Amino acid sequence: MNFNATLIGQMITFGLLVLFTMKYVWPPIIQAMQERQKRIADGLASAERGVHEQELAQAKAAQTLKEAKQQAADIVAQANKRANEIIEQSKLDARAEGNRQLVAAQAEIEQEVNRAREQLRGQVVNLAVAGAGKILKREVDEAANAAMLDDLVAQL
Amino acid sequence: MSESGHSATGYIVHHLTNLKVGEGFWALHIDTLFFSASLGALFLWLFMKAAKSATSDVPGPLQNFCEIMVDFVDTQVKDSFHGRNPVIAPLALTIFVWVFLWNTMDLVPVDLLPAIAGLLGIPYLRVVPSTDLNSTFGMSISVLLLVYYYSIKVKGPAHFTMEVLTHPFGKWLMPFNLLLRIVEDLAKPISLGLRLFGNLYAGELIFILIALLPWWIQFTLGWPWAVFHILVITLQAFIFMVLTIVYLSMAHEDH
Repeated sequence: MNFNATLIGQMITFGLLVLFTMKYVWPPIIQAMQERQKRIADGLASAERGVHEQELAQAKAAQTLKEAKQQAADIVAQANKRANEIIEQSKLDARAEGNRQLVAAQAEIEQEVNRAREQLRGQVVNLAVAGAGKILKREVDEAANAAMLDDLVAQL
Repeated sequence: MSESGHSATGYIVHHLTNLKVGEGFWALHIDTLFFSASLGALFLWLFMKAAKSATSDVPGPLQNFCEIMVDFVDTQVKDSFHGRNPVIAPLALTIFVWVFLWNTMDLVPVDLLPAIAGLLGIPYLRVVPSTDLNSTFGMSISVLLLVYYYSIKVKGPAHFTMEVLTHPFGKWLMPFNLLLRIVEDLAKPISLGLRLFGNLYAGELIFILIALLPWWIQFTLGWPWAVFHILVITLQAFIFMVLTIVYLSMAHEDH
């Protein structure tokens, strides 16, 4: 147990070591550690943000998909409606066309009937005239009797 | 190793004698100074290397190790010291690593370095600086000086004097306050220095005693003691560091 100048030497050495550590060892290491801590924290934060953004994007995609489905359904419904309309329209048109053709046919038939009737009437007149001529046995002045005959025709 | 009492005593005494130059107080323990300075240089070289190439990217193994130490010390300082002081954390790191390296020398086979020195013509060699009172007290007295320095710096000379004279018994018991303070402040470096010295001195002595056993039986005691010593050397370095932090934080606070 002998104290001697070694004590002072050790104190000086110790002081120098502390000074050196303070100046050159501690600050760079602690700084690097703090920087790394910050970077890790930032990385974690941005990962968190990424997850959040992905969730948002997914929600948005789902929304868009839903809208697109809705739109498609609307379009199909509209097309169906339009098709029904066209069918209805076609039915109406067809019916109208049928009616029109029916009417035209009836008119033609009537015309034919009229024409036949006219012919018949003419022939009846001729027959009547010939019959009358035979009955009267004399020449009938056709010119004088034409007015009377026409009048007769009109009466038939 | 002879087992006769006389040469066993001689062997132990030889192992406990420092390599000394000079006489009386101004003698120097060359071995203590050499080993402590070398270990200090080793500490500075290692940590300097890590500090120079310190990067916030992926750290290399050395940087990683140094960061673990720095972080460990930093946590200790933050836990017990609440002021702002740029000295304390590096001081604590220096104390911890340096004392740890001193103590680690205890694990070097007890005869190895003295035998090599003997071949080189050096008669005495003690390789564990912390088994020299000069080392442990050199450090603990330095810590005491720092405690005083910061006490006076933080509180101001007047406030500091007031505190010394009037705490804890009030101003009417001034002499007792002063006496108590002196005892308290003497106890700090003595307990710091003696605790470290005592532990390591005893440890070294046990190693020397184990070395006196026949060679084929030594490991049965040497191995457990060395393993146990791993705990002791770390614990002692840790205690020295923590107490230093505590004393310095007390210096920054009002009683």
